[in-house]
Amino acid sequence: MSVSSVFSASAVTDNKEKFAKLQEVIERYRGMEGPLVPVLHEAQEIFGALTLDVQKYISEALNVPVMQIYGVATFYSQFTLKPKGKCKVSVCMGTACYVRGAKKIQDKLVENLGIQVGETDKDGKFTLEATRCVGACGLSPVLLVNDDVYGRTTPDIVPNIMDKYRKA
Amino acid sequence: METVKVMVDGVQVEVPKGSTILDAAKIAGIDIPTLCFLKGINEIGACRICLVEVEGTRALQASCVYPVSDGMVVRTNTPAVREARRVNLELILSNHDRKCLTCVRNQNCELQDLAERFHVKDIRFEGESIHYPVDDLSPSIVRDANKCILCRRCVAVCASQGVGVIGPVDRGFRTIIEPIFNRSINNVPCINCGQCILACPVGAIREKDDVEKVWTALQDPNLHVVVQTAPAVRVALGEEFGMEMGTRVTGKMAAALRRLGFDKVFDTNFSADLTIMEEGTELLGRIKNGGKLPLITSCSPGWIKFCEQFYPDFLDNISTCKSPQQMLGALLKSYYVEKNGLDPAKVFVVSVMPCTAKKFEAQRPELSSTGYPDVDVVLTTRELGRMIKEAGLDFPNLPDEEFDPTLGESTGAAVIFGATGGVMEAALRTVAEIVTGKPLDDIEIKAVRGIEGVKEAEIQLGDLLVRAAVAHGTGNAKALLEKVKSGEKEYHFIEVMACPGGCVTGGGQPIVKAKKRMDRDPREVRAAAIYDEDRDKPLRKSHENPEVKKLYEEYLQEPNSHKAHELLHTHYVARQKY
Ligand code: SF4
Ligand code: SF4
Ligand code: FES
Repeated sequence: MSVSSVFSASAVTDNKEKFAKLQEVIERYRGMEGPLVPVLHEAQEIFGALTLDVQKYISEALNVPVMQIYGVATFYSQFTLKPKGKCKVSVCMGTACYVRGAKKIQDKLVENLGIQVGETDKDGKFTLEATRCVGACGLSPVLLVNDDVYGRTTPDIVPNIMDKYRKA
Repeated sequence: METVKVMVDGVQVEVPKGSTILDAAKIAGIDIPTLCFLKGINEIGACRICLVEVEGTRALQASCVYPVSDGMVVRTNTPAVREARRVNLELILSNHDRKCLTCVRNQNCELQDLAERFHVKDIRFEGESIHYPVDDLSPSIVRDANKCILCRRCVAVCASQGVGVIGPVDRGFRTIIEPIFNRSINNVPCINCGQCILACPVGAIREKDDVEKVWTALQDPNLHVVVQTAPAVRVALGEEFGMEMGTRVTGKMAAALRRLGFDKVFDTNFSADLTIMEEGTELLGRIKNGGKLPLITSCSPGWIKFCEQFYPDFLDNISTCKSPQQMLGALLKSYYVEKNGLDPAKVFVVSVMPCTAKKFEAQRPELSSTGYPDVDVVLTTRELGRMIKEAGLDFPNLPDEEFDPTLGESTGAAVIFGATGGVMEAALRTVAEIVTGKPLDDIEIKAVRGIEGVKEAEIQLGDLLVRAAVAHGTGNAKALLEKVKSGEKEYHFIEVMACPGGCVTGGGQPIVKAKKRMDRDPREVRAAAIYDEDRDKPLRKSHENPEVKKLYEEYLQEPNSHKAHELLHTHYVARQKY
């Protein structure tokens, strides 16, 4: 069976270029030992996430059951199954930040964005994450939005910060 | 054979090279506990219940995977071993729901056995536990992760079936065995074979229980409730009552069904004979008219779904014959009701099957030729066992009774449907006689018997050399189909059964614990009983079944007639995998 006949044609046609790139990656690793993890890494770079369609494509091309791919994708924390939002919002949960109220900041973000930690909002704008110590303990509690660092944050200023990115 | 000498707990034994410590200990008369180990299927050394001390190594070793070497000294019962096993067992138990009293595997559970053997009175690691919803959306398979001990026996067996829809997800404390993306097992390409149920040491995977539906029907004074039983049930049901593996209980089963209140007790073996008439005719027709070959059998609903999902190119090769359970159901709601002046709306057909996939099959909308479902409820052998227990029948001491006439008569050719190779053998017995006008010299076709994964036979029928192949277990079927696809092999006729061993070890049969499986292979022991049953039958060829002949005379006219097609044949559809 040809690779393209096994799943919704639209998934491939909508992302023709990305799947072409993925195919190149697969060809590069084909025949090498343990190709799955490196292919998944590059697939995630291309698509932003290992969605079912991406996993199905790799499954057919490498002749590995989708179940096994899914198992690997959920085993390693660096893989994600759902695409991330444009703004990656994360609160440092290192000890210093934590004792200075990081949890309260996080709760406020959950309320403000309407999503839980690890989730992406339905517009694909924000993804909320928790991160380990970012090494800016002097500024604790620390909030990160993409590459922007906000130190000594309080729950009160969270809505203002988020509004800035909503408008951007 | 090269052997090595090993000392186990002071007992010197000589064992074949390549044996494990577990094997050697067994020969020394010591039963090392195991849990994740399932011989030939799951040998991954994961649970570490089977730890032992090996002189000269520092850590304790998993005996189920550790190979012996000459002069090795093993100790299986030291304080360190006992403590390590106990800790591992307590860790497993701390994460298990321990609702034994309401578990379908109560008193038939390998975890319970260990807890008892090691006198676990108290669990030192009461930790946080995650509660998972029970997945009961499939008509065949129920998954309850709260009972799962992560042994991965089901994962290995599903992969060996060439399906691979359950596996470990996530990691550490959150590890769970389940399908992809939190889906139900009903929403992935599971073929409902139930081999995972047979593999599970606990109650984490089980059949969908339909017993209550049958009790309700039996209570209903407006319903005429009839039952049919598949060939393989009669050589296994006794095990549910502590009888020896391989005991034939055909007569007691009929007696029990009558006592449970079924109005008529019929035999799926009748329609197995009928299948041979229809499928044999189909085979000869395809050979004569240049039809699609190889013809592939259609009795096994797990195999049908497998083909629909993974090999849609072969759908035209599959016989259009419905499976015997559906054929009999359709006849019960047409021929039988017409003959007896019954209302088909009030006839309720129950089948007792060695199979969980039959539950799915009975729900297929196209299998309702009369406008009513051919079969209303499917029970597995295990569920029938539970009904008989609930009713308080002393099964081993019941008298032997007969099936009811008309749709209860069968030949030896029908009963062998229960073992891998049986449909092929039954078909060849009849086809040979149709083609050559005389019976085969030896109607026992040994080449297609036995538990080898793929078997082949060539039979000369007049000027026609029929090439046949038999595969059991969809993993083996997959390997065979790949060879047919590439042109490496050519056949006229292929039999496929989804379950390794065929129906005798179908997913609905009594569960045999891993330890027992190491001693006695139920595929062989139950098949031997099937072949004994065949040998004891006065008639052993399907076309000699007098009731089948009468059915054609009175109702269907001839095999593959218009009426036969209407009632006894079906079609298949390609299915999406995900
Ligand atoms: S029923 Fe068969 S196909 Fe389905 S999960 Fe179990 S072993 Fe796999
Ligand atoms: S479901 Fe049963 S067989 Fe599968 S991993 Fe869990 S305990 Fe083992
Ligand atoms: S590790 Fe040996 S039985 Fe599980």
